[in-house]
Amino acid sequence: MKLNGINESNTFTLYFKVLFIMESENKETHLEDLSEIRSMMERSSTFISLSGLSGIVAGLIALVGSGLAYYRLESFYRSTESLEIPFANLYDIRTELITDFILIACVVLVSAIVFGLILTARQARKKGQQLWGSTSKRLFLNLAIPLITGGIFCLILIHHGIYGIAAPASLMFYGLALVNASKYTLRDIRMLGYIEIALGLLASFFIGNGLLFWAIGFGVMHIVYGTIMYFKYDKNA
Amino acid sequence: MANDGIIANLNKAFENRIRLGIMSILMVNDVVDFKQLKEMLQTTDGNIASHINTLEKKGYVAITKQFIDKKPNTSYSATKAGKNAFKSHLNALEKLIKHK
Repeated sequence: MKLNGINESNTFTLYFKVLFIMESENKETHLEDLSEIRSMMERSSTFISLSGLSGIVAGLIALVGSGLAYYRLESFYRSTESLEIPFANLYDIRTELITDFILIACVVLVSAIVFGLILTARQARKKGQQLWGSTSKRLFLNLAIPLITGGIFCLILIHHGIYGIAAPASLMFYGLALVNASKYTLRDIRMLGYIEIALGLLASFFIGNGLLFWAIGFGVMHIVYGTIMYFKYDKNA
Repeated sequence: MANDGIIANLNKAFENRIRLGIMSILMVNDVVDFKQLKEMLQTTDGNIASHINTLEKKGYVAITKQFIDKKPNTSYSATKAGKNAFKSHLNALEKLIKHK
């Protein structure tokens, strides 16, 4: 009976030894399995290839655009101050200013999107994601709905001559679009969205400083966030 | 005897990388079609199809065949049994790594 007991415990020790060796050999595989699971879950549900560099470029373009708009505004003020302009012409000069503003905004938007697409396509190649795959389509749709609504709304504001609220509204809708889209991409985007919304609300309180808030929201914040994301994701891709 | 239980919870069906990938994708996406699976797994059609079949036989994956714009479309989703099996596989993996 006693002998039997010793035998039994010996077999147990051996059994655990085998298990131990098996597990330590497998540990590497298990870790690889877990990281594979994580990456598959991430890659299949969120678009992780947003490029930080594209944020920096978009911010720089926006700053240049704001500079141009500021310069244009100054020349408008100077021309209205001179007494030689007949009152009737003032309306034309004002319309010209608004047209130029919209033109600058459109050029800024288009060039930022083009650079963003080029840089993001590069990042997607590195990460093994498709630029136009199921994840980026979902991201695009969720970004586009609030953004296009906001864009049309701003044009309507301008149409009615409510210029002061147009710039703050564009910041708010952009922020809402980012918060909405952040579920389908890198989480950092959500915080950027909150900041844009706050800036938009502040700007609608301090009407007349639209250009300044635009430069902060679309220029400075993009550069800050682009830099953060560049060091967080791009570099070790 | 705790170790014995852990080994038992590791699911042979998920030992293969492709099958592991398919289940991971189906855990976070309700419905996925063949094209999307191929896009994410980056392997051959035949390879994906055979692993999907294995998972279906086990009752872990449900296959829906339908026509979208007169084109055949096959979509996949994880069954409740599949999700539970994958969760316990994950827990077993986690425990194994924490033990060491």
